[in-house]
Amino acid sequence: MTLSVTDLRVHYRTLRGPVKALDGVSFEVADGEIMGIAGESGCGKTTLGKALIRLDTRMEHVGGTIALDGEKLPIADDGAMRRHRYREVSLIPQYAMSAMNPTRKIGRMIRDLLAAHNVRYTEVLPELERRLELVGLDTDVLKRYPIELSGGMKQRVVLVLSTLLNPSLLIGDEVTSALDVSSQKAVARALVEFRDHGFVRSMIVITHDISVLFQVADTILVMYAGHLAEKAPARTIIDEPLHPYTKMLIGALPKVGDRYEEQRLEGIEGRPPSLLDPPAGCRFRDRCPLAHDRCAEAPPFREVAEGHQVACWAVS
Amino acid sequence: MLTLDALDKVYKTGTFGTSDLHAVRQVSLDVQRGEVVSLIGESGSGKSTIGKMVLHLLDSTGGSITFDGRDVTRLGFRARRDYYRKVQGVFQDPFSSFNPIFKVDRTFETLRRSYFPRVSGAAWRQKLEEALGAVTLEPGDILGKFPHQLSGGQLQRLLIARALLLDIELLVADEIISMLDASTRIDVLNLLGELKSRGLGILFVTHDLSLGNYVSDRVVILYKGRVVERGATSAVFDDPLHPYTRDLLASVPHLDRTWEEVEAEESRRSARLAGRCLFHEALAAQGRSLGEEAAAGSASGTADDVGLVEHAPGHFVGCFRKAADEECPAG
Repeated sequence: MTLSVTDLRVHYRTLRGPVKALDGVSFEVADGEIMGIAGESGCGKTTLGKALIRLDTRMEHVGGTIALDGEKLPIADDGAMRRHRYREVSLIPQYAMSAMNPTRKIGRMIRDLLAAHNVRYTEVLPELERRLELVGLDTDVLKRYPIELSGGMKQRVVLVLSTLLNPSLLIGDEVTSALDVSSQKAVARALVEFRDHGFVRSMIVITHDISVLFQVADTILVMYAGHLAEKAPARTIIDEPLHPYTKMLIGALPKVGDRYEEQRLEGIEGRPPSLLDPPAGCRFRDRCPLAHDRCAEAPPFREVAEGHQVACWAVS
Repeated sequence: MLTLDALDKVYKTGTFGTSDLHAVRQVSLDVQRGEVVSLIGESGSGKSTIGKMVLHLLDSTGGSITFDGRDVTRLGFRARRDYYRKVQGVFQDPFSSFNPIFKVDRTFETLRRSYFPRVSGAAWRQKLEEALGAVTLEPGDILGKFPHQLSGGQLQRLLIARALLLDIELLVADEIISMLDASTRIDVLNLLGELKSRGLGILFVTHDLSLGNYVSDRVVILYKGRVVERGATSAVFDDPLHPYTRDLLASVPHLDRTWEEVEAEESRRSARLAGRCLFHEALAAQGRSLGEEAAAGSASGTADDVGLVEHAPGHFVGCFRKAADEECPAG
């Protein structure tokens, strides 16, 4: 078992009180597993990714534990976490490709990054060049400025540099978003290849685009308003989802070939609850067609079949 | 209704505008009433530039835009106001389309001041409620709120309602759903379908093929400013001909098929079309006098560059090279 998260609670401090962005989240990611996290904006998927590596000043660790390869990660202790970051857990944040230093050549930027982690650039250079070639980039990119590369190229550079020390876990937040479909495919393919080569042991891929997850992920975790809704193998989530929210979410996605005239798809009425003061019980119940009295009590996230967990009273 | 003929746009780039960027090359297309036409292309294909030229937010460099038979390529200030009564646009980011300091009502107030100064308060209120109803919004939930209090989907539908207040005939929808969540995205798409059945023509600009496919009747595939293929949605999606269209369709992440499955199908098609160019084959077969478009193209001396031939009824395809400076694969 690579990653094990138990009852994780992370809140944001605001003037109006704590925003309960993650409220009791428990799941596991196995060795070699690429787990996708899907959900709408504000469901807590990015917060979850960040909580595994660094809590920013607004975030507060309220409870729960995270263990990586059997060792507990001290996430609430910023200084103690430093030893684990980049070497064991690595994160590609949202818009990482736009956050490269425009005044530094790519090679220089990677050198600075490695120096901050006490690694000698010349030692890893051969491996760096090998991996750049693996993702289809010329080693000349090291001598270029970020502005000279396209979005897809930059995103692949980010992928290579964030996994240079073979972390146990890589978290990729929206790594394929804001790219053209052909670059998107190249980056998604590179993710799978890096896992297959053992450069990263396990991966968490966060995106709002479920069709990309279907292509790269082994399992998909669906989140809703700070809670987990369902986790299952990717194909099961698409073909046989059990949670009403997952069903409605998948049902709202047009497949290439679906037409408005022939097959009218439905959205989901309403909006997710405010996380400042979320209702007790199942958070989807205001929008759920199957809601009944019991939903006032929070359903447990339990296994209903091999590798398939759901948090819903209506699913037995 | 709307017809673009050999539309061109050249941007000046570089220091002091010394170099040219040919963003749109000889694009011809039309949109009829009650029809959704999707402009599909990746970044840099010129799809938004075309939308902006139709909306007169950018001047065109060459070619013409006609609306109901009237040339609207160049319009003065007064004529432009009349044009906007019939043609409106909605853009990608609903949050930046509203002024965050004011309540959303102000958007409608400015519209009223500019276009309906003589409409009474009660009549305006009723008109507003009808428009909001048409986009399935509850006036009570929306009016009097600030933009940050509403969701992206609600704001986007508000902008469409604003356009509907003007009794428009054509809507330019530029990536209007890319920023929305999956669950609200489909509501906006269904709304477009509903408006279409009421006779509105929609030019739907998108990079997302599955969304383009869902509502549109016809699609136009753009690559580097050039139309490479266009036709009925089902014809283009079921039988893509141009190498670029085929690449694009093979790269789209599907929900029911893996990339491997899609690629296997695509490689069979590539094998069949390898080294060929249906455009030049058709030209050769018919002695270079084929179809009005090819003729129009050759008249201006650019047939090899940007013309299209009708491969099957209503399904047009251009020369099989990708970029304008590449060689045609058929030689």
